[in-house]
Amino acid sequence: MSGGRRGYDDVVLAAPVTIPYVRFSVRSAHWFLARTLAELIKAAGIRKADIDGMAVSSFSLAPDTAVGFTQHVGLGLRWLEHMPMGGASAILQLRRAARAVESGDANIVACIGGDTNHVDSFRQGVANFSQFARDAVYPYGAGGPNGSFAFLTDYIMRKDNVEPADFGKLCVAQRANASSNPYALLRKPLTLEDYLGSRMIADPIRLFDCVMPCAGADGFLVTRRSIAEKLGLPKVSLLATIERHNAFPDDPIQIRGGWAQDVNELYEQAGCGPGDMDFLQAYDDYPVIVMMQMEDLGFCRKGEAAEFVRRNTFTIDGSLPLNTSGGQLSMGQAGAAGGHLGVVEAIRQLIGQPLTRQIPDTRRGLVSGFGMINYDRGLCTGAAILGNDA
Amino acid sequence: MTKPLSKPKRKNPIVRTRLPTVPATTRARYTQGITAAAARGVFALQRCEDCSTIQYPPREACANCLSVRLRWREVDGAGELIARTTIRYGFELYFRERAPWPTGIVKLDCGPNVIVGLHQDCAPPPARVRVIAALDKGGQTILIAIPEKDTPSMEDDPILRETTSDPKFRKVLVTDAKSAVGAAVVEALIGAGADYVWAGVAEPWKVSRHLERIRQLPQVTVVPLDVTEETSVRKLAGNIGGKVDILINTAEYHRVENLAHSQGAETARAEMETNYFGLLRLAQWFGPALRSRAADGQSSATAWVNILSIYALSNFPAHSTFSASKAAAYSLSQSLRAAMQPSGIRVINVFPGPIDDEWNQLLLPPKLAPAALAAAVITALKRGIEDVYPGDVAQEWLARFLDNPKALERELAG
Repeated sequence: MSGGRRGYDDVVLAAPVTIPYVRFSVRSAHWFLARTLAELIKAAGIRKADIDGMAVSSFSLAPDTAVGFTQHVGLGLRWLEHMPMGGASAILQLRRAARAVESGDANIVACIGGDTNHVDSFRQGVANFSQFARDAVYPYGAGGPNGSFAFLTDYIMRKDNVEPADFGKLCVAQRANASSNPYALLRKPLTLEDYLGSRMIADPIRLFDCVMPCAGADGFLVTRRSIAEKLGLPKVSLLATIERHNAFPDDPIQIRGGWAQDVNELYEQAGCGPGDMDFLQAYDDYPVIVMMQMEDLGFCRKGEAAEFVRRNTFTIDGSLPLNTSGGQLSMGQAGAAGGHLGVVEAIRQLIGQPLTRQIPDTRRGLVSGFGMINYDRGLCTGAAILGNDA
Repeated sequence: MTKPLSKPKRKNPIVRTRLPTVPATTRARYTQGITAAAARGVFALQRCEDCSTIQYPPREACANCLSVRLRWREVDGAGELIARTTIRYGFELYFRERAPWPTGIVKLDCGPNVIVGLHQDCAPPPARVRVIAALDKGGQTILIAIPEKDTPSMEDDPILRETTSDPKFRKVLVTDAKSAVGAAVVEALIGAGADYVWAGVAEPWKVSRHLERIRQLPQVTVVPLDVTEETSVRKLAGNIGGKVDILINTAEYHRVENLAHSQGAETARAEMETNYFGLLRLAQWFGPALRSRAADGQSSATAWVNILSIYALSNFPAHSTFSASKAAAYSLSQSLRAAMQPSGIRVINVFPGPIDDEWNQLLLPPKLAPAALAAAVITALKRGIEDVYPGDVAQEWLARFLDNPKALERELAG
């Protein structure tokens, strides 16, 4: 079944907030998520009680889920979602929240994602990421995501003649974009020579292909247009969204994500095409996945991402600005916030309140999420096209 | 190509001995079928009884038809290596200490994709490989891709060696070398390249033609060891415990006792004294030393072998007290395995059927030749097999036992 997706005419996104990322924290996830809520309330100029819906993503909130967190922060809600889908969570949160506010099940939904990072907590998270990972991945060198993405990178480099410098170009461009971002943990300029000279972690994955685990949180509000207008909030429209789980199970290795299955409907719903996108906030937990998104989201044909990368600059002032806050490669990966980072940056650019520099004349852009390497591939994909509300 | 191991230099006594670490051992209970098979040297995966789909990773329901009737079946490990990497910074100490650790993804001809440890002689992807199941240092199963065709010295590959206990260049204690089996094991070890063999001998005044056969071999040193005497075990452990890489417990006391026609407990006690308490004493005095040297470089301590009996699974009434003593030893060996597991020392249990020796004179053939038993021990060490059922009788009893233990009990009652 395809087509016939109802739009989101009455839905807007607003109040992008970021709790500054830190490499390690002695705080728990609750601290970061609570601060996110407080910042959302402040940014929107509302009372705590005005939030009547919430969607939460966090790995380190365990043993709590979203519901335990409501009591922790004293929130009474009529709509609640726990979204444990890693880097796809933000897109999935906003999809559900959009339908909730549209139908009146909720008025203002706080979509938040964040994690803490203690010394050694990343190892524990990797060791117990999923049952399949515990049984059939971790015992093979315990490389975590580096090892998993190394397989994909190795395969795609051979299949499509991708050069290390192609991945490097993305890392270098994102670092340049991050240079004026006060929240980015990694702002030191990166050159292609630095990238190519960096040490191998899990061949062909180099040090600068890897995101740095850290603590932090991001959030935004989903509400109806009329409410945002009454509050006087700068807002963006939701033009189209997709999600897909466990797509293409018969591919022997992940050469495409679920986006490829839904991309036509995405642009059909938005009434525009990839060429109309003024930026791409792609999930960048490894550059190989960014290139996969460029292909699967229609920016170039399958197998031609390397050529596409060579033709574009990906800088804020160049062609197809990519991960304009620096992405996870420069900000750090605050666990489940990794998927929110792209959404809040997209909102910021579209309402003209960027953390870094403004993309000139930006009207609409694409945000993409990817999550959960359960065994040999990422299972969750999602994407949303946002537009400015001018 | 894998570089053949060379004889290690003498250990520098000042250098600190590396302490043993093992990979993570947490697995879902429903995965253990793979380990039950790998312990016998077999690669088995779950196969759906309803739609025949082969599954991996192990699971509770068929990913094709949702049937929960998944059964472990031996599968062919042939497949294609489609991608590879080399993990240089693992999250676990075990892997960090052994980095770089090559891994790959193999598309098996029988269906699923498997993540594997990668033998260094495998050609770069795409390449045909064979996948085997092996037990890692934590005692859990890992899959390893080996080259499609054997390569010279392939057994010396670093990942394979983490799953095996090759006697090559190692020092071995055989606890009783005076018996037909003991002497055969000593000869087989030397044939497999063992560096040094301590041949344990109790009651040295007794003449043994088997011992005479091996006594003159240059690698053999005869040492006094009576496993029924605590002092004897302790003394030998004090002398050589810190050097033993492999301990093979061949000490056995076997008399033909049928409960229906015997009186008194003397024979039974003597059997227990050697077969059960002997193992207990060895475990107490040699176990800690082996554990402490389990990660001591190329020729680390690596394995402990118990020669049990297929009668340990189910009592053979014609040899009733012997069967009981072997069942006791089997039970204790499981506890020994648990004690050794955190160090990575492999405990190998061998369950032979009747051996062709004087105490089985009245049993009909087939009987297991001591040399065949010894060869099975070497194979188990070289392939990392944990449960060994050598010979036709043992294989048949095992099949009957696995099929229906109650039926076997009734059949053995005669």
